[in-house]
Amino acid sequence: MSAASNSAPDLGLALYRQMATIRAFEERVRSLSAAGQVPGLTHLYSGQEAVAVGVSAALQSDDVIASHHRGHGHCLARGGDPLRLMAEILGRTSGYGLGRGGSMHILDPATRNLGTNGIVGGGVPLATGAALTAKTVRAAWIAVAFFGDGAMNQGIVFECMNMAALWKLPVLYVCENNHYGEFTRIDDVTAGTLAGRAAVFGIPVAEIDGMDVLAVYAAAGDAVARAREGEGPTLIVCDTWRFSGHHAGDKQSYKDDAEAKAWAAKDPIETLGRRLAAEGLTEAQALSALRKQIESDIAAIAEQARAMPEPAPASLQEHLHA
Amino acid sequence: MPDRQISFKDAVLEALTQEMRADPAVVLIGEDIGAAGGVFLQTKGLFEEFGSGRVIDTPISESAIVGMAIGAAMTGLRPVVEIMFGDFLTLGMDQLVNQAAKVRYMSAGGFTVPLVLRTAIGVGGNLGPQHSQSLHAWVAHVPGLKVVMPSNAADAKGLMTAAIRDDDPVVFFESRSSYNVKGPVPVGEHVVPLGRAAIAREGDAASIVAIGAMVGVALRAADALAADGIGVEVVDVRSLVPLDAATIVESVKKTSRALVLDAGHAQFGVAGEIAATIAEQAFDWLDAPVLRLAAPNVPVPFSRTLEPLAIPSREQVVAKVRELVGRR
Repeated sequence: MSAASNSAPDLGLALYRQMATIRAFEERVRSLSAAGQVPGLTHLYSGQEAVAVGVSAALQSDDVIASHHRGHGHCLARGGDPLRLMAEILGRTSGYGLGRGGSMHILDPATRNLGTNGIVGGGVPLATGAALTAKTVRAAWIAVAFFGDGAMNQGIVFECMNMAALWKLPVLYVCENNHYGEFTRIDDVTAGTLAGRAAVFGIPVAEIDGMDVLAVYAAAGDAVARAREGEGPTLIVCDTWRFSGHHAGDKQSYKDDAEAKAWAAKDPIETLGRRLAAEGLTEAQALSALRKQIESDIAAIAEQARAMPEPAPASLQEHLHA
Repeated sequence: MPDRQISFKDAVLEALTQEMRADPAVVLIGEDIGAAGGVFLQTKGLFEEFGSGRVIDTPISESAIVGMAIGAAMTGLRPVVEIMFGDFLTLGMDQLVNQAAKVRYMSAGGFTVPLVLRTAIGVGGNLGPQHSQSLHAWVAHVPGLKVVMPSNAADAKGLMTAAIRDDDPVVFFESRSSYNVKGPVPVGEHVVPLGRAAIAREGDAASIVAIGAMVGVALRAADALAADGIGVEVVDVRSLVPLDAATIVESVKKTSRALVLDAGHAQFGVAGEIAATIAEQAFDWLDAPVLRLAAPNVPVPFSRTLEPLAIPSREQVVAKVRELVGRR
């Protein structure tokens, strides 16, 4: 691991703050869900924060992303509004989709976010298509598709990789390998390797520690540079772990306790915090105070969202057609 | 300038050419549409004029073609996607149904999908069960998609122009049997708004409400019936979604009898939907039950003997109308 945090001390703290914000947000969603306040299913990003935050740190504001069903972290890392995000997760009228989308369908034109997605692999063609736009109009921006290890067994992902490689599209494929597709371990359903799936198209692959935000940032920076220079797509496979189950209410009886404990020790926020403290950039106490402040801010946002009205019944048919 | 007689296929091509010249955001995406000019030569000349940057020849990957076109549409392009045969639409259905149809709704208008998906459908040429289907009912069932099916060359040009300019995903069905049928087509800009049916022939004895290539069959049946003094009105639906129920219902209120004619399968199909609409909105004006004539509920067979039986014929339409007016 490089001392990237040392060379850019503000960056390290900014990444820490973003990851802590996502964690606080997700843990608030978890408690609201346990209390029966969250309609439907919601999938939490706790544990994977380093991926969304590390990649986003390498992007410009006009770059486009497409996310997946575990996507709150990407929305926040790209600068989405936590209040509108929480309102949508709660199905309120002030949410991103006025309560029509929910957790799995958060689309935000302001942050160029083509959406979290309820179809596994669904964001991959959207991001690849955005990259086709960028190439067609000779734009400077690029596109990023975030997806899980489960999406690596969807055929459309390979169709997209083929075209992206063939046409050198400015797209970054970020596979978040949290080792489980829903409730099933990746090894039980996956032949070959994740990296090999892109390698057959001649797409360069970086396999990295997805719990290390600075490693993600460095790999994303290289891939983004390649894309901007017209050299085509890159796949980054991030080895990571979801701290919760498939969805907020999943008890995870299928996971091995010892393994889960080992991954918990790699908590990306704690890891970065220790490094920042070791490098003398901050103190453990200051980080602890910062997290408390963030948690309190998120709690206030959640209360604000809960107080917002449900959509009016008369709005059912709105926004179907132009 | 007076209209010239050009084919349905060339009319669509003319709309594409004019819109691509007018708006650099319009791109064409599909299989074999590059130097080959399309499997039916339906994109002939576009590659030469606009180049590979705007006439994008793809691998045989319908699912990703449709999905990527949606992403492109959400970020500033206005793609016209070509799915060579309507049967292959099934490969792109997830993208159409779960993404394109829902983006505007889920984002409360934040994102739009200005996408046209054109595809050639229908019976003819002994292409067999996987190259002859008319699956328009599949997409017409899904809220968020617009669906059009022109019956003649002028409407083909006008509806394609309107579809490209529309900010929502439009599925544009082209009956292969219509491709070489010529008709008068305006030379310059020609727009036929989505969501408006047309009266293709006036009459007062019964209304035939027909879709796509079935309009031609209805008109030929009307000629035969006219010889017997039965004056049939033919309504060309043109646009399935939005459906111009008002024009259809108005015609039926005038004639009091209705036959709905469709090349899609009868079971759970478009003809049934239109028949139900008529029954709901014009029941008190009806002198006979609303009849349907649609494709039989079997795959389209291959043989020269069997294939023609998989689509309504002029003779069947004539017989149905006689049944309809015989109930007086």
